[in-house]
Amino acid sequence: MNSPRTLVQKIWDTHRITSAQGADLLFVDRHLLHEGSHHAFDKIAASGRTIRHPELTFGVADHYAPSRPERATDATVTMIDRLARNTTQHGVTSFGLGDSRRGIVHVAMPEQGLTLPGTIIVCGDSHTATHGAFGAFAFGIGASEVAHVLATQALWQTPPRMMRINVNGQLPTAVTAKDLALHIIGQIGTGGATGHAVEYGGDAISALSMEGRMTLCNMTIEMGARSGIVPPDEVTFAWIAGRPMAPSGRDWTAAVDYWRSLRSDPGATYDHVLDIEAEQVAPMVTWGTSPEHVAPITGSVPHGQQDALDYMGLRAGMPIAQIKVQRAFIGSCTNGRWSDLLAAAAVLKGRHVRVPLLVSPGSEAIAAHAEVTGIADVFRTAGAEWGSSGCSLCVGMNGDQVAPGEHCASTSNRNFRGRQGPGARTHLMSPAMVAAAAVMGHIADVRDLTLADMTEHLAMQEARS
Amino acid sequence: MKPFVTETGPGVALPMDNIDTDQLIPARFMKRSRTEGYGQQLLFDLRHDADGSKRPDMALNYLSARPVLLIAGANFGCGSSREAAVYALVDHGIRCVVAKSFADIFRNNALRNGLLTVTCGDADHQALTAFLSENPGGTVAADLRAQTISWGQEQGFPFDIDDNIRRRLLLGMDELSETLEYNSEIEEFEQRYRHAYPWMAPHSSGSIGPSR
Ligand code: SF4
Repeated sequence: MNSPRTLVQKIWDTHRITSAQGADLLFVDRHLLHEGSHHAFDKIAASGRTIRHPELTFGVADHYAPSRPERATDATVTMIDRLARNTTQHGVTSFGLGDSRRGIVHVAMPEQGLTLPGTIIVCGDSHTATHGAFGAFAFGIGASEVAHVLATQALWQTPPRMMRINVNGQLPTAVTAKDLALHIIGQIGTGGATGHAVEYGGDAISALSMEGRMTLCNMTIEMGARSGIVPPDEVTFAWIAGRPMAPSGRDWTAAVDYWRSLRSDPGATYDHVLDIEAEQVAPMVTWGTSPEHVAPITGSVPHGQQDALDYMGLRAGMPIAQIKVQRAFIGSCTNGRWSDLLAAAAVLKGRHVRVPLLVSPGSEAIAAHAEVTGIADVFRTAGAEWGSSGCSLCVGMNGDQVAPGEHCASTSNRNFRGRQGPGARTHLMSPAMVAAAAVMGHIADVRDLTLADMTEHLAMQEARS
Repeated sequence: MKPFVTETGPGVALPMDNIDTDQLIPARFMKRSRTEGYGQQLLFDLRHDADGSKRPDMALNYLSARPVLLIAGANFGCGSSREAAVYALVDHGIRCVVAKSFADIFRNNALRNGLLTVTCGDADHQALTAFLSENPGGTVAADLRAQTISWGQEQGFPFDIDDNIRRRLLLGMDELSETLEYNSEIEEFEQRYRHAYPWMAPHSSGSIGPSR
């Protein structure tokens, strides 16, 4: 009898082409590209090779997509053109500016039904871990590996160590997947899961929406892990059903049959097991320059990380809720999805922002839906800037930047020095917490604010149209 | 890829944990093509003040010769998958990074660019950091055949490395041409796989479609 295996080990075995020197050559089901792929295309061109499976390769313009047309620069235009040129030349489908399927790669590809349980998905982007929310084994790779996958549709890998994180119980109200992720990172550190594939389980995980699962798997890379995975269930299948590029008809039935078998065997062993009590998670905020520099909103800035505090211009001992912000950002592949916008809108409705708030929806589809339902107007009425979809302020490379020295409440995933622009000071938190900070002008506990009923808003909107 | 056998030359210490990829190469430089080189942009914001002047407290700024070895703290190269973080180091002349630990993707990228990553224990780490902090640019030797890092009068330590990684670095092997020798295995696999999971290939209906 086979020894019990984890879900990742099963996916691994299904995709193993051959083994040599302690590494396995794995077949890749989906290869996702963005503008950063130019190095890999240059390598392919230099060696005169071709792309083995253009039909399994998909591109999208996101990192350099400007949040407003007038913010486009020579650099953003060049990078987006380069992607279009490279993908066209090799017959790869790519969603460029003006394409209604476009969005941030980790938001748009699942929306199109490209992310499926049991698949191996790679992309030259560390947050590829996001797709693990669907029960895929998904991880980020560098440019040399991108070139390798373009040419061979395969990748050499050595088996990762396995880590299981059980989240028991129920997350309290106003506590989100983002808070859970930051809570875990606070416990184990940014190197806590290095070399591991993380598998999530427990009641609080089953209770998460697909969007919440994507947020959690997305942030798993900030624990140092290669990938995060949630075993697929009925919530997963319902989310995928009917998506443009997902299986349909008889294929769908066969696929779901197979997907139902995708879970870890009882008795599968893990190198690490971590148990988290969901009830103990509070809204979390980062105060420093690494995602592990994190504290509950009710806490204070700790002592001991002087370098980080100097960069952030903060005093040890000061309450987190007293940190003033000059900017706010809602978006990114972590928290730019529909439910994220709804949660922020519930705070903003009937209020006005005190500091500039930039909103960049995760995809064109989400942006369009927000217009139809009047959610975009909730943001505009509150004084926020409603930008177009892209990586925007998550990364200072597309025309959006935080000015040096400014504190920015942000729904993105990295508070590294200079990530949002040279000298920028980033505080990571959930979308509702960013909205609260934007209306208060300082970091604030969203649980102290009354929230608008967005279901009512959506119902009214529907009745009107 | 340039093989790595031994490298001897100046070393430099950057005793910080969590040196992330955004610091190694700030995002705004990432549009450069590989031929333009990334060496000048290595750790740009850490090496320069806001007004663009070089920070005098950064050893990397004032060494008379470019270092071949860098030692840093834990979790080196965490963050994004950008291979440009490795390009910046390599183009600057660095061929070996010693750290307490490395981020996975960074280490993968390093291997594919002939950059040796060495992890070591606290005592060895402290000794080399101390040497290079007192002697910025002091001569260090990294020997991949013997698996040792050494300096000064017979000081140094042995290091462990995965056999496969060691072999590939020593030979400067191009992974891609190696894989292409497995072409028939890949083809066979694809046939079997397509037969077992016919629905895995993306549906091309694309009913949402591009806007016109
Ligand atoms: S939103 Fe940020 S983290 Fe996500 S893919 Fe874009 S730059 Fe990377």
